[in-house]
Amino acid sequence: MNGRLERSALSGVLVREVVNFSSFWKSTTFSSTVQPTIYLVAFGFGFGSLVSQVAGYDYVDFVATGTVATGVLFSSVFPAMFGTFVKYQFQRTYDAILAAPVDVEELVTAETLWIAARSGLYGSVPLIVGMVFGLDPAWGMLTVPFIGFLAGFGWGSCGILIAAIVKSIDGFSYVSSALLTPLFLVAGTFFPLTSLPHWAQVLGNFNPLFHCVQLVRHASFGWQGWSDIGHLAVIIGFGLVMWRLAIVFLQRRLID
Amino acid sequence: MSHGLAIRLRGVVKRFGEITAVAGLDLDVPEGTCVGLLGPNGAGKTTTMKMLTAQAIADEGELEVLGHVLPGDSKAARAQCGVVPQLDNLDVTLTTEQNLLVFAHLYRIARAERRAAIDWALDLANLRDRRDTRVDKLSGGMRRRLLIARALVHRPRLLLLDEPTVGLDPQVRQELWALIDNLRSEGTSILMSTHYIEEAQRLADTVTIMSHGSAVAVGPPAELVAKHAGAEAVEVYGPPARLTEVEGVARAQGLRTRRTGTSIAVLGNGHGLDGERRPANLEDVFVLLTGEEIA
Repeated sequence: MNGRLERSALSGVLVREVVNFSSFWKSTTFSSTVQPTIYLVAFGFGFGSLVSQVAGYDYVDFVATGTVATGVLFSSVFPAMFGTFVKYQFQRTYDAILAAPVDVEELVTAETLWIAARSGLYGSVPLIVGMVFGLDPAWGMLTVPFIGFLAGFGWGSCGILIAAIVKSIDGFSYVSSALLTPLFLVAGTFFPLTSLPHWAQVLGNFNPLFHCVQLVRHASFGWQGWSDIGHLAVIIGFGLVMWRLAIVFLQRRLID
Repeated sequence: MSHGLAIRLRGVVKRFGEITAVAGLDLDVPEGTCVGLLGPNGAGKTTTMKMLTAQAIADEGELEVLGHVLPGDSKAARAQCGVVPQLDNLDVTLTTEQNLLVFAHLYRIARAERRAAIDWALDLANLRDRRDTRVDKLSGGMRRRLLIARALVHRPRLLLLDEPTVGLDPQVRQELWALIDNLRSEGTSILMSTHYIEEAQRLADTVTIMSHGSAVAVGPPAELVAKHAGAEAVEVYGPPARLTEVEGVARAQGLRTRRTGTSIAVLGNGHGLDGERRPANLEDVFVLLTGEEIA
């Protein structure tokens, strides 16, 4: 029963998210800022004392830009997974929203847009933290919040999809250890894919997070022409596919 | 809408795999009336309520809500309905007012009218001095009132109440009954599912008794009592052996009986039985029609 997306339905769901966010923004902002700082400090000083240059970048620059993707992932897929599950299973929030003139398609779209906006914002924090540790500002970095938004849209949808599929909240353990951890490590965040065996490099190319990392690095240190269009296309394509799948599966879960 | 019905269901069927939750249900809610949907647990009440907001899709049959055909036009119908769920799903970290504000947006109240709508709902639920209180600091009764206010903030034409007073103490229950009765007298159509007989008897203009997914009796409470249970009943108390004996005697006389747990109620005048005489009531009808066994 997919119709068109009505603006008033989207804004209704968004208002709910924004008003709720006003009651927990402090903890979210704290963790989104502290987490990348820890990664930067740990990897920057830890590995940074062993290697000064990686793939032609200063290691601090390499990690600061890589951590953007980590920040985007952590502020999209996890809140989406837990938020969605809690809202339909424990708080029964979706029962109330879907009794209003809002369809599942609008519900998913609005919630994902909100997660994407947060990801764009919080995903950019590592760049600012990186600047404290010596990352040079660049004009291209102004596009990073938009890259974070697009990637966050895909990962947010992915989180909703996961929540719509798992039978119980314990299912999240399998997903985060077997799927999300490798995706997060094999993305060129802390070490370049080129240091991995060939098969892992090939697999890495299918990792949407890898394309996000590449795009952020190129935005910060110099665009790479067509290959960046390719990275952007992968991120957008991933987002569109996940968005539609999240709608189909959540619809199945919520409507008997 | 020519037929003057807020809700019209014909031959509605809903299956979950092997189980048929709703089996050919007909249900009418005339505009401006309160209809009680009465039935034991598992009779299909909740599934019926979910179908009215298209959160469950019927396998067969016709569903019309406020003149809109479901599930296709469900969104237009939902915009004019208010729903009070059985389980409290308020946003507990938000204040009373924020909860109403969110629903004022979800139900598309125009910006200029939002403030007034929220104030009106706060007054209705008698929560004006709690507008800035977080929901997790409200009492159970206040939360229920807020749940109802939230369903009414956009002044719906039809109110769907799913077990509105379950788990509440008698004072709070009476308070909610007054609120619901008031809404009905102002012309709001109401469908209320309940398994509290007294609630249906006090509030409902007509009652539909459901059993195993379909309507087994429909009518005003008093008529149902007269038709199915007669004028009076005799209630006989005693030890289990005595109750079994009375049951045998009554049945031998062709009288209908039902167990109430501590007594046995014999419908009709029960000549010669030593017990308390009382008028027959809706509970007698309910148990007679839906059976004594617990599914």
